[in-house]
Amino acid sequence: MSIKPSMRTPLSRVRGLGSAHAGTDHFWLQRVTALSNVPLVLVFIGVVIAAGGRDYEAARAIVSHPAIAICLLLLVVSVCVHMRLGLQIVIEDYVHGHGAKFAATIANTFFAFAVGAALGFAVLKISFGA
Amino acid sequence: MAQFSLPQNSKITTGRTWDKPATAHGELAEFKVYRWDPDTGANPRVDTYYVDRGDCGPMVLDALIWIKNKVDPTLTFRRSCREGICGSCAMNIDGGNTLACTKGIDECGSGAVKIYPLPHMPVIKDLVPDLTRFYAQHASIQPWLKTETAQPEKEWRQSREDREKLDGLYECILCACCSTACPSYWWNGDKFLGPAVLLQAYRWLIDSRDESTGERLDELEDPFRLYRCHTIMNCANTCPKGLNPAKAIAEIKKMMVERRV
Repeated sequence: MSIKPSMRTPLSRVRGLGSAHAGTDHFWLQRVTALSNVPLVLVFIGVVIAAGGRDYEAARAIVSHPAIAICLLLLVVSVCVHMRLGLQIVIEDYVHGHGAKFAATIANTFFAFAVGAALGFAVLKISFGA
Repeated sequence: MAQFSLPQNSKITTGRTWDKPATAHGELAEFKVYRWDPDTGANPRVDTYYVDRGDCGPMVLDALIWIKNKVDPTLTFRRSCREGICGSCAMNIDGGNTLACTKGIDECGSGAVKIYPLPHMPVIKDLVPDLTRFYAQHASIQPWLKTETAQPEKEWRQSREDREKLDGLYECILCACCSTACPSYWWNGDKFLGPAVLLQAYRWLIDSRDESTGERLDELEDPFRLYRCHTIMNCANTCPKGLNPAKAIAEIKKMMVERRV
């Protein structure tokens, strides 16, 4: 591994900008959403199986059931939050270019929100739409 | 991006094959050893040596010393205690980081024994890595007892149960086998403290006599310093002392959550 020559002391380089005093919320929320994903994904699989082979109206009736629609909305939130947190870890691990890291982090956030908004809109439209 | 291939000046070439001993007292063991000389500027190479097992001790370090004494005095490596307590002879042997003094030649797989310096660290010469940053990281966690209470007349007291919490931690000899086996440390070693230093940090966090637990946690709470650990477990698999740095890191994370949830 190449280390750029520097006249700063090794301890100064290690201390860098200091501790961010952050990261625990990220760590905890990733575990909590992993946990919530388990039952919600099971519900989703159940919905897919139940709707499989039926016509559009029958499938719409299943999805628009209040309990199922709420579960699907919760699934959207849980999965999108989990996805954003997980992808952020990957970016921090491997993307080291200063500009590229910020761009990738911002793009990741935008992508998660966009996917979440689209999925949430789809569930609501199926539930309430004609 | 993280660098997944060796830089051009680190690509390894085929080195010299040294003569077999003229007279052997036992079997010959083949060793392929990483060599790099900073004075020549040439790329690193792998030299081949043949060691007379009948004239050499049982450990890999014995073979290296045999080579240095009888074949090639320019071969450079660190060694001191030859009994697994100083950590000097940490290197990559047969594909895994370990101590040359506690790794038996017979424990290595069939064929040539391959010996490289600890991975992903700058090399000073041959099997000697530059551990400056590693030691600075250790210094950064302030590895000493920090107290504000007036010094007791005798020693700081500790219950037997609290003392037992240090077992599995105090044995760490800072050989750097675990940290240099950790991919997260490879990619982000400038900011991630790595398993060895975090195990040492936990050793002081869990010490019942220490009065700076909160401040220590504050300093560690960082997406890079602590949370680059993804429980890959290379550290626990490779530790020549049989310790489990990944568990110590998990305990630090539990403390972080505990003081907040």
